[in-house]
Amino acid sequence: MSTAPTNATGPSVDSRVEGRADATDLDRRRASRDVAIRPGTKHEARAGWMFLLPFAIVYVLFLIWPVIYMFISSMFNTSLVETGLGSFAGFDNYREMLTKEEFWKSLWNTLVFTAFTVPPLVILAFVLAVLANRVRRGQWFFRLAFFVPFILPSAAIALIWNFIFTPGTGLWNSLQSALGNESPSPVLGTPSLAMLGVAVTTVWWTIGFNFVLYLAGLQDIPRELYEAAAVDGASQWQQIKSITIPLLGPTTSLVILLQIIASLKIFDQVYLMTGGGPGLSTQVVLGLVTNTAFTDYRVGAASAASVLLFIVIVVVALLRQAMEWFSARRAD
Amino acid sequence: MSTSNGISAAAPAARIPGEKGSGRGFTVTAWVILITLSILWLIPSLWAMKTSFTDNGVSALGAPAILEGWNLTTDSYETLLRGGDIWNWYLASFVTGVLTVFLSMLVCTMAAYALSRLEFKGRRWAMLLIVMGVMIPGNVLIVPLFALLNQLSLLGTYWAVILPQVPQVIAVFVFKRFFDGLPKEFEEAARIDGASYWRIFRSVVLPLSRPVIAAMSIVTFVGVWNNLMLPLFVLTNPRLMTIPVGLATVQGSFGQRVSDIQASSILGALPLVILFLIFQRQVVEGVAGSGLKG
Repeated sequence: MSTAPTNATGPSVDSRVEGRADATDLDRRRASRDVAIRPGTKHEARAGWMFLLPFAIVYVLFLIWPVIYMFISSMFNTSLVETGLGSFAGFDNYREMLTKEEFWKSLWNTLVFTAFTVPPLVILAFVLAVLANRVRRGQWFFRLAFFVPFILPSAAIALIWNFIFTPGTGLWNSLQSALGNESPSPVLGTPSLAMLGVAVTTVWWTIGFNFVLYLAGLQDIPRELYEAAAVDGASQWQQIKSITIPLLGPTTSLVILLQIIASLKIFDQVYLMTGGGPGLSTQVVLGLVTNTAFTDYRVGAASAASVLLFIVIVVVALLRQAMEWFSARRAD
Repeated sequence: MSTSNGISAAAPAARIPGEKGSGRGFTVTAWVILITLSILWLIPSLWAMKTSFTDNGVSALGAPAILEGWNLTTDSYETLLRGGDIWNWYLASFVTGVLTVFLSMLVCTMAAYALSRLEFKGRRWAMLLIVMGVMIPGNVLIVPLFALLNQLSLLGTYWAVILPQVPQVIAVFVFKRFFDGLPKEFEEAARIDGASYWRIFRSVVLPLSRPVIAAMSIVTFVGVWNNLMLPLFVLTNPRLMTIPVGLATVQGSFGQRVSDIQASSILGALPLVILFLIFQRQVVEGVAGSGLKG
C-alpha cells in the first residue's frame, strides 16, 4: 500500500529527466498496473464488501433471520392477531406438539410419503436415463415425455390428476371398471389409498429432475471405458453393472439426498389434492404448520412444528455428509 | 496408420457374431421399456388436452364419453380467455417472475464476483455462511417469513413474493464456479487501463457469462412461476393471484365444468412448455447444473 505511490511517481520523474515520451508512457502503464494488481488491499476489500452487500442484505433478511425468528418464536406464545412475540412459553409449544396425535400422524404420513416416492423416483429415473443414454436416439422425445412435467406448476399437475382420480367416472376408476372391478374405490377419498394417489402424482411430476441429473452424470463417464469393456467381451448388461452403476455412485447419493429432502418438504400436492384428508390420512407436517399458523393464528406453536421438521431435514443432510466423509476415509 | 495396430483391429470386436445376440436383445428391451413408459408418461397430459377440447356437457359424463367424443371445440379456451381472470394471473406471475429474476441475477452475480475474484477480510466466513444457506429448506420458513413480511408491511404486495426469492444461494455457487474458470487476462488488461471493479464486472465478466446467466435466469423464472406456497399465504389480495394460486381456486369455482378446469390447467402450464421448447438446452443444463452443484 505504501510502496505504490513511490512506484507511481519514481520512474516517471526519471523519464521526464531523460525526456523520452514513450518511456514515460510505458512507465506510467507499469506504474498503474502495480497500483491495480497489488492495490491497497483496503480498496479491494471495500469493493469486495460492496459487491457482496446487496446479496448479504436479502440473504440475511429473508433466509437467516427467518430461521432465527422461527427458533425464537417457538419459545413464545406468538400469535398472528397480536403484535410482538407474546408471552414467554419455554418449551410448552414443543411439549404440545410432541404429545399431540395430529403431529405424530402428520410426521408419520410425511415419512410414508417419502418412503413411497424416493425408491421409484431414484430407481426409475436411473433406469430411464441409462436406457435413454444407451439407445442414443429420440433423446428430445424422452426429455419431452419425462422432463417437461417437472417444470410445470404443481397446481396444474394437481388439476390433471384430481380429474384422473375423479371417483367413479374418472379415467382411473373407469379403467378399473373396464377391467372388471364393479365398484372401484375412489383413490383420493379412501384413507388407505389417498397417499398412494398423491405419491403416484408426485412420481409422474418430478421424475424428470432425477432423470436429467442422471443424464448429466452419464456424460461424465468416458466412452473409452465401455469400448474397452466391449473389447473384453462384456455384454451391455455387464457394462451397466460393472461400469455405469459404480461410476454413477456419487450422482446416486446426491439424487437420494435431494429426493429425501424434497419429499420431506411435501406440501403442494397434499394441499391441492386432498387437503390432508380424508380425516387426517394425508396430513403432512407442513400442512399442520400452515393450519396452525394461518387458521389458528398460533405462530409460536407452528414455529415449534417447523423447527422439528427443520431438524429432521438438517439431520438427513448432515448424515449424508458424514457418510461421504467416512467413505472417503475408507478409500484412503 | 492406426489400422495396422492391434487396438483398432480389436475395436470392431463389439460387433462380433457372438456379441450380436446380447446386444440386440438389450437394444430391443431398452426400446420397449422406454416407449412403454414414455407413452404412460404422456397419457395424463394428452388426457387433459383431449378433455379441454371437449364440450363441458360431454366431459361431465365421465371418461368413456370423453374418449369417444370427437366433436372437438375450443369453447373452454374462449370462455377462459374472455373471462379475464387468467389474464390477471398471467400478469401477476409474469411481473413477479421477471422482477425476481432481474434482482436475483444482479445480486447473485455480484456476490459471486466478490467471492471469486476479490480478496478481502472475512471472505471465508461469508463463503461459509452462504454454504450453510444451501441446507436451509425454503418452504419450512413460511411462518417466520409471513411474520417478517407482516412487520415490513409488505403483505398483499408483489414485493412479498419477489424479495424472499431474490437470494438464490445455489445460483451464487454456480456463478462462482463459472467465474473461477474464466481466464483472468481480460480483467487484468482492463485493470491496467484503469477500469474500476464495477466496470470490469459489467463490461468484462458479465458479457463472458451470458450462457450461465441465461440458464440460471430460466431456472429461477420457472421456480418463481411455479411457487405455490409463498403467494398463497402472502398475497392476501385476490386481484394479485399468480397462476398457481389462481389454479388452486379453479376446482372450487368451476365445479362440474371439467373441460374448463382442464383448459385452465393447460393455459397455466403453456408458457413454461413454450419456454422449454425455445430454451431446451438452457433449461436442462440449468436444472442439472443447479442440482449437481447444489
